[in-house]
Amino acid sequence: METPEQIRDRLLARFPGAQVTVVVNGSPSAQHSLLVDAAHGREMAGFLRDDPVLKLDQCSNVTGVDWPEKEVVETRKTTVPDPAGGTPKIIEEKSKRIEPGCLEVVYHLFSVALRHGPVVLRMRTGNRTDAVTLPSLTPVWRSCEFQEREVFDLFGVKFDGHPDLRRILMWDAFKDHPMRKDYVEPDDYEWEPTPHGDVLAKAKKHFPAPAAPAAAPTPPTATA
Amino acid sequence: MDQIAPTTVPITDAERDELRRHGILLTGLEELYNWGRSRSVWPLNFGLACCAIEMIAASMAKFDIARFGSEVFRPSPRQADLLIVSGTVTKKMAPQVVRLWNQMPEPKFCIAMGACAISGGPFKQGYNVLKGIDRFIPVDIYIPGCPPRPEALLHGLVQLQEKMRGQTISGPDAPRHLRADLDCDCPIPEFGEHDLEPPQNDILFQPPASPVRTPKA
Repeated sequence: METPEQIRDRLLARFPGAQVTVVVNGSPSAQHSLLVDAAHGREMAGFLRDDPVLKLDQCSNVTGVDWPEKEVVETRKTTVPDPAGGTPKIIEEKSKRIEPGCLEVVYHLFSVALRHGPVVLRMRTGNRTDAVTLPSLTPVWRSCEFQEREVFDLFGVKFDGHPDLRRILMWDAFKDHPMRKDYVEPDDYEWEPTPHGDVLAKAKKHFPAPAAPAAAPTPPTATA
Repeated sequence: MDQIAPTTVPITDAERDELRRHGILLTGLEELYNWGRSRSVWPLNFGLACCAIEMIAASMAKFDIARFGSEVFRPSPRQADLLIVSGTVTKKMAPQVVRLWNQMPEPKFCIAMGACAISGGPFKQGYNVLKGIDRFIPVDIYIPGCPPRPEALLHGLVQLQEKMRGQTISGPDAPRHLRADLDCDCPIPEFGEHDLEPPQNDILFQPPASPVRTPKA
């Protein structure tokens, strides 16, 4: 099978003006993926399916990733020469910037006809609040239908062109998206004998430790 | 009902066995009534998750729940006496389970089978799982296990039969269906925007009191 770089080059040649980048996976699996822009997403998916060299005729998995806003601290070092002729001083400047968050949808594509894969396709939304629309790939691969509904349900990505975009796991009146990083679950804590981690924090909130006894009675001295 | 004598029979068990040996059966209405219904508990044909597989195994030839009179799994709640909540109750499923319980005629009993039905089990910290069906339904027997073996279910059933045989049919200790002052229906929770509303039936379920131990002096 072609490498992701080769696929990227062919996509860029076929769709001038589109944006395709290879997202490198540094883990031993080295399963690099293609990040494509949402505007050309569906045409590119159709190309990947129909291309005689790739023939990616099966979409086996659709999932979502939540990238919350994060604060990035950048350190810039500048060297200031000492006018007296000594060693130059190094000044560090720290600047903070907010990296905007987004929602990402990941598609795993295989070719049953040519027995190769996966090619990992990613698309990102503009932000996490109002620009959360991505093109649905259900018209390209029918198997995406339920899984895109699941991403809609749990992450809140709206799929443009999906034939039946409803919640699939939670009920229709449900408002939240439980797989987002900032989801706050309903507080129905119940006592556990050995709380730890997040559960310990909840336990402390629900059962605050009683105040220490005011005056501890002196223990009777045991005389043997 | 008031004319019926209380449970104490004015002869001893030994005397009664002696009469039975001579072909005379001496019994009370209450005993006969409890004997009859405890030996023909009809469960609802209903399963939620992997515990249901063990329940099915218990109903098949190897474990044979028919030995205890409960082989008649009813496909309709209108004909069932026993609700075996076998498996994880998701919040989306909980109103339907409560609705089934309300559709069953009294006298009815509920067995919470397995860790999930008791407390949410391994999914206790999840956002979508009800943390125990006893938040909405009065549970008679809890069977721990993940899943419990069929023998454990049979043991739970025998324990339930014991409970039925101990019930009185009149007086203040009578079960809820024989008393006018108790409401047998459980309110069905609604789907809310963030959780079930209400998240629990406060009459049936109270969270445990603070289990935090006082620090040692």
